Amino acid sequence: MTSVAAAQAPAPDITRQLGAIEARDFSFWYEKKQALKNISIAVPPRAVTALIGPSGCGKSTFLRSINRLNDLIPGIRHEGRMSLDGQNIFEKSMDVVALRQRVGMVFQRWNPFPKSIYENVAYGPRINGIDSQVSLDEIVERSLRRAALWEEVKDRLRTSALGLSGGQQQRVCIARALANQPEVLLLDEPASALDPSSTQKIEELVYELKQELTIIIVTHNLQQAARASDHTAFFFLGELVEFGPTDQIFTRPREERTEAYITGRFG
Amino acid sequence: MKTRLARHWISGSMIGLTYLAAVLATLPLLLILAHLIRKGAASLSLSFFTHMPGPVGETGGGMANAIVGTLILISIACAIGLPIGIGAGIYLSEKRSMPLAQSVRFLSDVLNGLPSIVMGIFAWTLLVRPVGHFSALAGGGALGAMMIPLVTRTTEEMLRVVPTSLREAALALGYPRWRTSLSVVVRTALAGIATGALVAVARIAGETAPLLFTALGNQFWSTSLREPIAALPLQIFAYAISAYDEWHAQAWAGALVLISIVLVISLAARVVTRSKFGAPVD
Repeated sequence: MTSVAAAQAPAPDITRQLGAIEARDFSFWYEKKQALKNISIAVPPRAVTALIGPSGCGKSTFLRSINRLNDLIPGIRHEGRMSLDGQNIFEKSMDVVALRQRVGMVFQRWNPFPKSIYENVAYGPRINGIDSQVSLDEIVERSLRRAALWEEVKDRLRTSALGLSGGQQQRVCIARALANQPEVLLLDEPASALDPSSTQKIEELVYELKQELTIIIVTHNLQQAARASDHTAFFFLGELVEFGPTDQIFTRPREERTEAYITGRFG
Repeated sequence: MKTRLARHWISGSMIGLTYLAAVLATLPLLLILAHLIRKGAASLSLSFFTHMPGPVGETGGGMANAIVGTLILISIACAIGLPIGIGAGIYLSEKRSMPLAQSVRFLSDVLNGLPSIVMGIFAWTLLVRPVGHFSALAGGGALGAMMIPLVTRTTEEMLRVVPTSLREAALALGYPRWRTSLSVVVRTALAGIATGALVAVARIAGETAPLLFTALGNQFWSTSLREPIAALPLQIFAYAISAYDEWHAQAWAGALVLISIVLVISLAARVVTRSKFGAPVD
């Protein structure tokens, strides 16, 4: 596996896992309502996969199953298999806390803690027991650089993250997720509440980051999916209708429903 | 059809009525304060805070024992009411829809509406009768039991307004659930929880009924938790129903001190809440 990783990406740290997400016949229920129906997909590692589809089609549910953030909702149930690097993430021996450190997540509405920029980014590493100032300084700088935010905030690290612009706050959240050195980054409509130039920054960032991690991005913005992703999965009413290279999905969709959606006939 | 002028006039008078209602709502407090200051300020001096009650017929003397007693009772009540109330509030907000949470929430509301004299009798049965004597502990216990539902519900309300997105942010970073609750959710709501606690303290500070059969009151200096203890509301009550003018004057002064304590606590609660929005972050 290591050799494959090395061949695919000239990442600085090749000992890391690949970050391959695979679902097989994965179904998911909220109480009696089935949100996902027999989803089978192998998300390509070290690439950007966009999940598209109308509201309520299950794409967010799928995303939140990967880091088991749905666990807290009462009455949920699942069947089938979801794995990270070959390990079933729902099996009993799975440490959910460790899983969430390997699978970072960024939300639609930026949600920095009401703390300083520095403390936000250092939050994840701190719980992993990293408390030497030197290591934390280094992690914070590296993460903010990777989130393309360092130059903008390096002189005000100790000020509140809530004082930044929306786009900057979202990048603080990305840096906060990156500080854990995840293999997978889940983005739940990360730019839908941002202005065009902030959106562009996030997309450029996604393009940079895919060399080092697997990125799955939920988006309602089809142009964004077309621009920023390598692969696209179209969800409809809880089913995975079509999955393939983004070019193919947008130019020669195989399924009629995919074509109808991307040409704007519904959704 | 109404003319434009008539509509204008009706609108104006309706707004005027709401202004009037707003002023009337604060009128009782202002009247009470004015009355207390007029009646009580004369008897209020430094010795009121430092001296013991004097014998009948003698002017001067103070309520030092009652002021200290009230503070002791409040401390006991806090030691009992705050940990249980805050803990239960955290439970209610974490396990919102569990059947147990729903019944605890309902029972808290019932307990909140319980007449305080009933709480006093209850505390007497539980804390006084088995031991055979009145005590500060029993009084503090009764007040603490009154605090619990208040603190529980305000804590829950304050935790509830912490955005889910913050909780999810911490969980998604790999925070265990208990740590997310304590270090993110509770910490974010801390100012609100403190406010709720102070409001509860202000509320019980002036309670008389739960103390009648528990703390009993004491004319002498006592800080022992196992002995009957003096308390401002009790002292006011005893002096107000007495036949002596000097004691009546002392009761007015005591009432003024009591309401001042409650006002100061309420103001502190306001300051704490405000710092939630303006506080510099770490």
